[in-house]
Amino acid sequence: MTISRSESLPIRSSGDVVVIRQRVRSAAEDVRFSIVGLTKLVTAASELARNTLVYGGGGNMLLEEVHESGRTGLRLTFADNGPGIADIALALKDGYTTGQGLGLGLGGARRLSDEFHIDSAPGKGTTVCITRWK
Amino acid sequence: MERIPILRMGSYLLVTVQVDMHDQLAQQLQEDLAVKIVQTGARGVLLDISALELVDSFIGRMIGNIAATARVLDVATVVVGMRPAVAITLVELGMSLPGVQTALNVELGMELLRDRLEETVFNDHFPE
Ligand SMILES: Nc1ncnc2c1ncn2[C@@H]1O[C@H](COP(=O)(O)OP(=O)(O)O)[C@@H](O)[C@H]1O
Ligand SMILES: [Mg+2]
Repeated sequence: MTISRSESLPIRSSGDVVVIRQRVRSAAEDVRFSIVGLTKLVTAASELARNTLVYGGGGNMLLEEVHESGRTGLRLTFADNGPGIADIALALKDGYTTGQGLGLGLGGARRLSDEFHIDSAPGKGTTVCITRWK
Repeated sequence: MERIPILRMGSYLLVTVQVDMHDQLAQQLQEDLAVKIVQTGARGVLLDISALELVDSFIGRMIGNIAATARVLDVATVVVGMRPAVAITLVELGMSLPGVQTALNVELGMELLRDRLEETVFNDHFPE
């Protein structure tokens, strides 16, 4: 896999979440995602960025344009040093929330992406990495 | 503070969301609209989201809350102009916005509200 573009963005406020949506949108436009593919990726990014802010206490997102066997995709990695998640399977369940949300963010982001990886443990922070191919 | 404008159109309120809302702005709109419904005695709310390129679970919840609050105040809400890609994404996200009326555009939304209002008036005059 080769990476042709990479950009790191902070997630410290709800304004940063809006900036992330805009940056992911323009990157998806640059590589000519379909409108549905673009909307799905931006929506997943919005969910994960909000989780990084609200539950992770802030962090950042790495945006990468990736190429593999002739296809192009966008890979987004959200990382924080917050409290981490004890039961990842539970957190991924639709409707599960420890906050005021609808509990659709993590599960939804997984459905809206082609690849989804989560790495989290109590006291170790949380990293969620998603890829969507064009 | 930045706010989403709420316009009065006869007995309806029209909200046109033009910007990519951050979470506090969406929250504020919910509160402003409830106040405005009571102040104006509006009979219906049209929420135009045709400019919205994204509805995530937070904004989706706001839309559901607006409709629920309006309903409690005996006011109907119609969400108009949702983009097809947004609708597809919302469903995959797991939100089907139950209890939220939708229409393709403002004109059709107005028609829907008018029909509902006439129905109510009719039922009030000729109860079963
Ligand atoms: N970055 C994170 N750090 C710690 N906990 C998280 C993080 N992201 C998600 N979680 C946990 O997973 C739960 C489910 O997240 P999500 O599906 O996005 O729903 P919601 O945001 O509505 O709570 C959250 O309520 C929270 O407990
Ligand atoms: Mg969430």
